[in-house]
Amino acid sequence: MEPAISSFWGRLTKKHPTIRCHPQGPISIDIQNLSVQYPNNPVISGLTCHFETPSLWAIAGPNGAGKSTLLKTLLGLQKFKGGKINFHGLCPCDVAYLTQQNQLDRRFPLTVGDTIAMGLFREVGIFRRYTKEQRDKMQDALEQVGLASFSRTPLQALSGGQFQRVLFARLILQDAPVIFLDEPFTGVDGRTIDDLMALLHRWVKEGRLVLAVLHDLDLTQEHFPNTLLLARHFYKAGLTEDVLTKENMRDAVAASRHWEAAEGTP
Amino acid sequence: MIDLFFSPFLDYIFLRRALMACLALALGCGPVGVLLVLRRMSLMGDALAHALLPGAALGFLIGGLSLPAMGLGGFLVGFLVALLAGAISRFTILNEDASFAGFYLISLAIGVLIVSTQGNQVDLMHILFGTILAVDSMSLLIVTSITTFTLFVLALIYRPLLIECFDPGFLRVIGGRGSLYHSLFLILVALNLVAAFQALGTLMALGMMMLPAVSSRLWARHVWSLFLLSSFFAVISGYFGLLLSYHLEWPSGPSIILVAGVIYGVSLLIAPFGTLKQQQGMA
Repeated sequence: MEPAISSFWGRLTKKHPTIRCHPQGPISIDIQNLSVQYPNNPVISGLTCHFETPSLWAIAGPNGAGKSTLLKTLLGLQKFKGGKINFHGLCPCDVAYLTQQNQLDRRFPLTVGDTIAMGLFREVGIFRRYTKEQRDKMQDALEQVGLASFSRTPLQALSGGQFQRVLFARLILQDAPVIFLDEPFTGVDGRTIDDLMALLHRWVKEGRLVLAVLHDLDLTQEHFPNTLLLARHFYKAGLTEDVLTKENMRDAVAASRHWEAAEGTP
Repeated sequence: MIDLFFSPFLDYIFLRRALMACLALALGCGPVGVLLVLRRMSLMGDALAHALLPGAALGFLIGGLSLPAMGLGGFLVGFLVALLAGAISRFTILNEDASFAGFYLISLAIGVLIVSTQGNQVDLMHILFGTILAVDSMSLLIVTSITTFTLFVLALIYRPLLIECFDPGFLRVIGGRGSLYHSLFLILVALNLVAAFQALGTLMALGMMMLPAVSSRLWARHVWSLFLLSSFFAVISGYFGLLLSYHLEWPSGPSIILVAGVIYGVSLLIAPFGTLKQQQGMA
């Protein structure tokens, strides 16, 4: 393993590998030998994986196993230390991304309509008015998530499930070929999970690639054909029934424990 | 009645100028303060305000007690500190708020030392607590220009700035140049602090932004209504603050901030999202 760069100057001048985009060809994301680390603390190491459209992937693993970090790295929000990330047929900026709900301020003084309109930002830019067609699209997105009459409702009046539906409406408006979801069903009621899950399946039918970080193994086994089980240096990717076996789960937990124990000693 | 509320402004030109400066400040600081609160950057604004002091002090050394010199110095040094604190937090384990707090204490110390060794007690008081009653037409021009510029830029970047406030990760992913809007906003904050510090002093420059903004947050649920209400509260504070200052012979800066504080206190008690109403809602 490379020595950790700890000096201030070292960190300033350190060159990081970058994500490569190849605009042509069918859409896929290719990860080779990826390693990501926070200062002196490896989060992901040696991950090799390939995602193609259309498919539906769950990213499972113990807490602190680097699941959200993987999504952020793929989006360019988190630097990585080694390996290669290749985007074919799109760039990271073409990905629609849903952050963990607790990252957002649910009392922010916006209406539902204002919030979902952000999904059209790349289309309308900073100035233009929304056209009739775009307004219809917004209404349609709200109908798809079952919030047809909520356009003028303030965010702070929504329940957790309704708030998540709003964020999904924003994803619909982004109309992206690849969609990353970070714990989309945490703190969301059962009926909403069913509705949003149906939406995920429809997206895949429309030819999109969906990657979702999940905590709920039952949900993964029931709905997700593919799973990436990730626990720092340990990973398994493939069909869900092959990946989520007892031995793999035990190894994953052991791998993350091993690192937690190692972190305690300098 | 008229004697109490209007004649001071009719009788004295310096009070009229002060009032005009307050009105202009209120228009710019209202929206900027609301955005500062929504971005949860209240503390950072405070740090930035204090970081203006050494720059203002240097300006004071070179140009005397004039807003152009002190303002330019304050703006440059304040912005430098903002950049430095950001860099420090990126490269060390310190959070941005911690590195800002560190920087602002240091700059406050440097600023006070410069003024007190090179000037006198009165100068120090003026820089720390403001001298709105000595606003000349030059500073009035600067304050109103800053307000115009602020409102213009805010209108220009309103949409992406709001997205950046609500969900910064989202804007970064879609390639929305979030850091550009963030920096532009920081510049606006620094500019408005510069505009405010002649009136309120460096120690309380942020008051005209923060207090009306947090008060309005207790009343309104939409960003546009927050902007309007915040500016309105700031106007009220400026007007009644000056009246208090005139009739009771209090210094103007603290009087203005105190009125803003009273509005905040009353809002806490009776506003729809204030403590009393929230408790009734829960019961």
